[in-house]
Amino acid sequence: MNDRHGKPLHYADDHLRAILGRVRTIAMVGASPKWIRPSNFVMKYLLGKGYRVIPVNPAAAGQEILGQRAYGHLNEVPGPLDMVDIFRASDAAGAIVDEVISLAPEKSISVVWMQLGVRDDAAARRAEAASLIAVMDRCPKIEYGRLFGELSWCGVNTGIISAKRPVMHP
Amino acid sequence: MTDKDKNRALGFETRAIHAGSHPEPVTGARNTPIFQTTSYVFEDVDHAADLFNLQTFGFLYSRITNPTVAVLEERIANLEGGRAAVCAASGHAAQFLAFFTLLEPGDEFVASRNLYGGSVTQFGHSFKRLGWNCHFVDPLEPENFRRALTPKCKAIFLEGLANPGGIVVDMEPVAEIAHEAGIPLIVDNTMASPYLCRPIEWGADLVIHSTTKFLSGHGTSMGGAVVESGRFDWAQNDKFPSLTQPDPAYHGLTFHETFGDFGFTMKARSVALRDFGPALSPMNAFLTITGIETLPLRMERHVANAEKITRFLEGHPAVAWVSYAGLESSPYRQLARKYLAKGAGSVFTFGLKGGFEAGVKVVESVNLFSHLANVGDTRSLIIHPASTTHRQLDKDQQVASGAGPDVIRLSIGLESADDLIDDLDLALNHAAA
Ligand SMILES: Cc1ncc(COP(=O)(O)O)c(C=O)c1O
Repeated sequence: MNDRHGKPLHYADDHLRAILGRVRTIAMVGASPKWIRPSNFVMKYLLGKGYRVIPVNPAAAGQEILGQRAYGHLNEVPGPLDMVDIFRASDAAGAIVDEVISLAPEKSISVVWMQLGVRDDAAARRAEAASLIAVMDRCPKIEYGRLFGELSWCGVNTGIISAKRPVMHP
Repeated sequence: MTDKDKNRALGFETRAIHAGSHPEPVTGARNTPIFQTTSYVFEDVDHAADLFNLQTFGFLYSRITNPTVAVLEERIANLEGGRAAVCAASGHAAQFLAFFTLLEPGDEFVASRNLYGGSVTQFGHSFKRLGWNCHFVDPLEPENFRRALTPKCKAIFLEGLANPGGIVVDMEPVAEIAHEAGIPLIVDNTMASPYLCRPIEWGADLVIHSTTKFLSGHGTSMGGAVVESGRFDWAQNDKFPSLTQPDPAYHGLTFHETFGDFGFTMKARSVALRDFGPALSPMNAFLTITGIETLPLRMERHVANAEKITRFLEGHPAVAWVSYAGLESSPYRQLARKYLAKGAGSVFTFGLKGGFEAGVKVVESVNLFSHLANVGDTRSLIIHPASTTHRQLDKDQQVASGAGPDVIRLSIGLESADDLIDDLDLALNHAAA
């Protein structure tokens, strides 16, 4: 069920930091080949931070997006994955989460992440029941920038307060 | 407890010192360095393109972002409880950035008529030449804002604690009126500072500062800021195409979609600040950051001194009236209790029984008060508006804008209160003699 207006979501900084530090390979469902789209921005940023990002988009299957081969469907992506990032509308997210749950053991997926504005509380509960970590309504680019200092560069209130020397990467 | 949970509980004083400022990662420098540079070396051509296209975070050119200015932006955003902030060269420039990001030519907005005089001029005259029309209303009755709204109105603007002084606006119902109309409430919080009032907690969507005043606090540095709450849904209607439609100045980028709850700030920075250029200097940002570190202590003393001095003035035979929302006699006392629980600031006006002549004598007879056109300094300041800032107006206009011939405005500083009282006492007696 699409449940975008549930109670406010809270993810502890340490939890997100651990996810972004552990994950290496990310399948991005809904990655756009158009360079001006938000998904393309996020993919480019994550590639720049050293993640392997594999685009999944039926309209771009067989093409390359940012130099990475795109697949038409999640189950066509070869090899293990750590995380699936869902760049689709909330009402499409539930079915993708279910697919992630069924693929998780075979592909050793441990995290299903729904983008900023994408939220389906019931799907997140199903993922958690299957021992996956679920994150909703957050952008991994913004969270990476926030937790490792770069978001402060454009005046955003990161909420991070510390007198320790900052570490700019996980 | 996670670090986020801990941060949520951190006090205002802690955040006034630490928010936005971390030790410098390369050298470990503890205080915020003054990055006195115009520009930043790219890693390669692709990195440069990413920065120009807003695909990554980073520094490009100090008209748009600068590391010292960024610390100040995050600190002000944090203290106001907002999502993000953009700084500008002055409070007036900050207002321009906010309105340029919201309005198209032919658009309108509603503003309280009890504003800093410079804002009345900016809205009533200079904005008109850009095709932005302001309707001024008496803010005492919140419904006046609703009555003035037209379908072309894109914002409501007010000063919660108004300059020149003594007036407090009931902003919570005005925020509701704005939200029912699908438009943001903008509050100029300069006179209160976030230590005394946080408008976002009362429903404001954007907060404006002239950091020239209490935030920098020492009369050293011009500056301004626009804070975005992150809670306003710009896509709820079609009133804000500059945020919700593809931007031709950025290859068709849609700011609200791409940057979510800090899309307004990104747009104000990447278009209004980039293309009109009123950037805050790193030196001024540094002085303002340093000022904010003592904001809680200074505001407590500003308020304590203002309370002592207004009580003294109320009892002085040469004084006809005192307009300070911290006084029991003020008609705004109840509103001040609600919005300004820690004090009603330190800028206020009072009237002299001796009229214009007495006003001139008082400003010329004080010795500790500086006769000048500013507020929010460590030093106490005095001005007689009718003979200075409001000189061009006729008497009726002067009275309507709270600057009648008998009016003196004070900004109480941090000197010993007894010395300020003695100084005023001598000047008042001299003027009455
Ligand atoms: C309440 C208020 N808003 C805005 C301004 C304008 O700020 P600046 O002088 O920094 O442009 C002032 C300046 O006096 C002010 O008092």
